[in-house]
Amino acid sequence: MTQMEEERLKLTEVQTLEGHTDRVWGLAWNPSTGADGVPAVLASCSGDKTVRIWQQRSPSSTSFDCKAVLEDRHNRTVRSSAWSPSGKQLATASFDATTAIWEQNGEDFECVSTLEGHENEVKSVSWNASGSLLATCSRDKCVWIWEVLPGNEFDCVSVLQGHTQDVKMVQWHPKVDVLFSCSYDNTIKVWAEDGDSDDWSCVQTLGESSSGHSSTVWALSFNETGDKMVTCSDDLTIKVWGVDIERLLSGDGTGSWRHLCTMSGYHDRTIFSVHWSREGIIATGAADDAIRLFSESEDHSVDEPSYRLLLKKEKAHGMDINSVQWSPTANRLLASASDDGTIKIWKLE
Amino acid sequence: MAPALINANPIVYEKKERPARIRQPGDNGFDEYAPELIDQLEIFEHIRDIKDPEHPYSLEDLKVITEDAVEVDDKRSYVRVTFTPTVEHCSMATIIGLCLRVKLMRSLPSRFKVDIRVAPGTHATEDAVNKQLNDKERVAAALENPNLVDMVDECLHPSYE
Repeated sequence: MTQMEEERLKLTEVQTLEGHTDRVWGLAWNPSTGADGVPAVLASCSGDKTVRIWQQRSPSSTSFDCKAVLEDRHNRTVRSSAWSPSGKQLATASFDATTAIWEQNGEDFECVSTLEGHENEVKSVSWNASGSLLATCSRDKCVWIWEVLPGNEFDCVSVLQGHTQDVKMVQWHPKVDVLFSCSYDNTIKVWAEDGDSDDWSCVQTLGESSSGHSSTVWALSFNETGDKMVTCSDDLTIKVWGVDIERLLSGDGTGSWRHLCTMSGYHDRTIFSVHWSREGIIATGAADDAIRLFSESEDHSVDEPSYRLLLKKEKAHGMDINSVQWSPTANRLLASASDDGTIKIWKLE
Repeated sequence: MAPALINANPIVYEKKERPARIRQPGDNGFDEYAPELIDQLEIFEHIRDIKDPEHPYSLEDLKVITEDAVEVDDKRSYVRVTFTPTVEHCSMATIIGLCLRVKLMRSLPSRFKVDIRVAPGTHATEDAVNKQLNDKERVAAALENPNLVDMVDECLHPSYE
């Protein structure tokens, strides 16, 4: 995108999805949909204890219909969900301390497995790039890594302790099996497997002393190549971190992430969600009901990139925005979820 | 046996007389259709009768909250309540804060953003209490705990009368 094109950008609301009866916490686009003539599919989860599956009416349409409601499995808030890389399974993390695995069977979704072990609320769930590992995190301060076995079996291979508070989100790196977690303890931790012992350990902590956040870190997201990560926080800033991707891909340098830049002064209230699009646009969703888009400035040095605000959509929702997620395909659709109980689909044009 | 009270002998203050609510004319003179702005006193009235978790007194009786502790900006849809726990180590501070949050959540239009905090210098762990009270995910999880909800509802009951 050139600067000229960026300046003409508009974020247009194309649909409001209603159906949840409580705040909507999380969104997940099915990665195997939305391209090659397959209508896009989006999962949303809510304080009403359900997950709703929304499907694009046709591959060219911007209208979505609710195709399924996943209910009667979780007895408390469903906080987040994640599709497996194949798009065949959906994992849902709940305040009821369990994670459920769902599979589509005809028109219906069926719970095929339940992962138990956390002491209290599960906050987030993430699949690794190959779909062989699953991570969950909880208010119990732990991160669990599960191995995905045939027959819908999940085997806990590691319980990671290190955070001193509630863990808000886990996210696998898009290219290598390195796990990231962010927490109420204001830090981001990087977890990797030791070469010999099959044990997982914390290889880096990005805290306030390494130019990190000064309050709860709510979310993180990677750019497409995986050499940069963006994090958002209750301290009203977003931060970009970088790594030498060649070293990382070679299996070295897993713990060598460094702070590249901080964007402060743009947000007025807690930033709950941040997501990096395939084409490099960072979206944020915050407690001030606004959606903001950022992109890297053209005039910068490689070592110290800077980012600028592309646009701010005030009053995008009637209440706090809890999640923003770009469609994984190139269709420039953004979904947002709010305390107002709705999900909105936006088109960037 | 009932657990020992955190603050066995709280000071009970005399209540100020309650003035009758008088409708303030809007900026447009006496235009009865002009929207009535939500002010400090209105917010205070929502929360003054919340009962202390330990005592048969209201938060107003114990000066946990006063009218001056309420800041409101209707045009920006913003409210901040600063409360003063009865003792410096009051472990009830988070429950009181939760009651304030729930009452305002139920009483105010959904557009309002509410911050609840402990008055500076009045609580030994004020940063921790403030952080917890303003983490809406933890508040949401707490409000799914039936015991806690019962406790909050009991404290809120007099404020609906």
